[in-house]
Amino acid sequence: MNRILTIAGTEFRIARRNRWITVSAVLMMIFALVLTAAGSAPSGALAADRLSVVVASLTSLAVYVVPLIALLLSFDAIAGEVERGTLSLLLTYPVSRAEALAGKLLAHIAVLTLALLAGYGLAALVALVGDRSAIAGLPALWRLGWSSVLLGITFLGAGYALSSLAGRPSGAAGLAIALWVGAVVLYDLALLAAVVADDGGALTRQGLPVALLANPADAFRLFNLSASQATAAASGLGAAAKTVPALATLGSLAIWPVLAFALAWLGFRRVQP
Amino acid sequence: MTPRLTLSQLTKRYGEVHALTDVSLDVAPGERVALLGHNGAGKSTLMKIVLGLIGFDAGTVSVEGAAPGSAAARRMTAYLPENAAFHAALTGRELVRHYLRLRGQPASQAGELLDRVGLAHAADRRIGTYSKGMRQRVGLAQALIGQPALMVLDEPTSGLDPVSRREFYALIDDLAHAGASVLLSSHALTEVEARTDRLVILSRGRIVAAGSMADLRARAGLPLSVTVTPAPESAAVLRAALPADAIWQDGRGHLHIPVAEKMGFLARIAALGPQVSDIEIAPPSLEDIYTHFSQTPGATTPAERAEQAEAA
Repeated sequence: MNRILTIAGTEFRIARRNRWITVSAVLMMIFALVLTAAGSAPSGALAADRLSVVVASLTSLAVYVVPLIALLLSFDAIAGEVERGTLSLLLTYPVSRAEALAGKLLAHIAVLTLALLAGYGLAALVALVGDRSAIAGLPALWRLGWSSVLLGITFLGAGYALSSLAGRPSGAAGLAIALWVGAVVLYDLALLAAVVADDGGALTRQGLPVALLANPADAFRLFNLSASQATAAASGLGAAAKTVPALATLGSLAIWPVLAFALAWLGFRRVQP
Repeated sequence: MTPRLTLSQLTKRYGEVHALTDVSLDVAPGERVALLGHNGAGKSTLMKIVLGLIGFDAGTVSVEGAAPGSAAARRMTAYLPENAAFHAALTGRELVRHYLRLRGQPASQAGELLDRVGLAHAADRRIGTYSKGMRQRVGLAQALIGQPALMVLDEPTSGLDPVSRREFYALIDDLAHAGASVLLSSHALTEVEARTDRLVILSRGRIVAAGSMADLRARAGLPLSVTVTPAPESAAVLRAALPADAIWQDGRGHLHIPVAEKMGFLARIAALGPQVSDIEIAPPSLEDIYTHFSQTPGATTPAERAEQAEAA
């Protein structure tokens, strides 16, 4: 445990020095501010409190930004050390590969959590200042917060796996971008296309829920949107969301981080320094 | 004394490439062994196998009875990788504290370790601002943690200036006196010559020669280089007195003589008295010996030689 904390401490310090923490926190804060400002317009019509509306907007944003930050933090983790020649040194220390990976993960979770706290915290603050009833939206924001961390861990693990697979930072960056575009953007487009082509057939009824649960980003979106019924319409796949039980989305959100870390460990085990 | 590191008939292949073939080597406690060889001769591969970073195909490796890469072996072994680029955002002290903690040693020793490698003045500067030599010293500082029984140093003096090199070898001497076994590789042959107990020359993954400098010199049987400077007006006399195969350049005679004929030759030159102004005798340099052994036929197979001839 000491060794994990040592590696985590050093990685966190590096992230701080390299301004990763500042950059990701500022990124989250800017998006949060923009969404709180933009999200105030339709709140009257839906008669929901202001924070709940903001949470809905933040959810659609977090689906893109949280995986992005996680992949940015993680793509260099293994490949960078291989290239710098420090991985071989680390592996001659009495440190197991799982410990090294866990240390990095811990540090990167801390960085991500700080960024989320800054962004979501600011959004909550602005919403509460404008509207006292927004306090009713705090549970939704809390749910968004911890589910964002779970989503982040999933993509951190995926990032480590790609970093191990690529062997070089440039290759790892390419794979990370491909994963992001594929999982977050193209996956939904493909599903939409399939739903349209199928026109309410068996594929939509049985295949779609499974497909949505299989992608952690979609599970995250459904989990947060189904929890706040008032804003389900905000999602392009809103109708389909209703067919997926909330417990299943939670299950997907909880299992993916474990799976991703296992993948990362399997990938890292194959790396020969 | 039982050896601290034992390699026995070690063989490692990467596909069709024979990285190491039948390598056997013992390193005793307190012994300093230098691995020499061209790039790609197998030095780094050998070191990585000793460290347990990569596996091998045949043979045995043991670090005081422990398997390479096992927890016991890792605790005993320190490593200085070739050209390790430590994270530029950390200071030297932070980095050494990090490695101390990983070895379960008190982080407060960082100052003392950095002082030993002559980095006390720069301990709190970021590694990004360090020169190449200073980075190498940080790497050395981490290799000193916890008085390792076996130190594996890959090109430890690359990037160091001559003064730093001397300091480095003084440090290695101290460690060896205290009982540490040192396995290092180097390209700087002259410094290795004076500062190690044994040289091991690798060529194409095989040990082509091993022993002390004197052993290797005797076994290579290379001639001595002699330079004779005649006194003014005596050049013609000397030209006649020296063997015919001497090469005359800038008014001086250069020739090679077998070691066995050294005393006879000296006696003949001395007999010429004042007609000789100066004589220099140089034993074969380590470069010569190294070249001799790493080009010995048998190090290359006939097929490989044919291939090289074709390529040329």
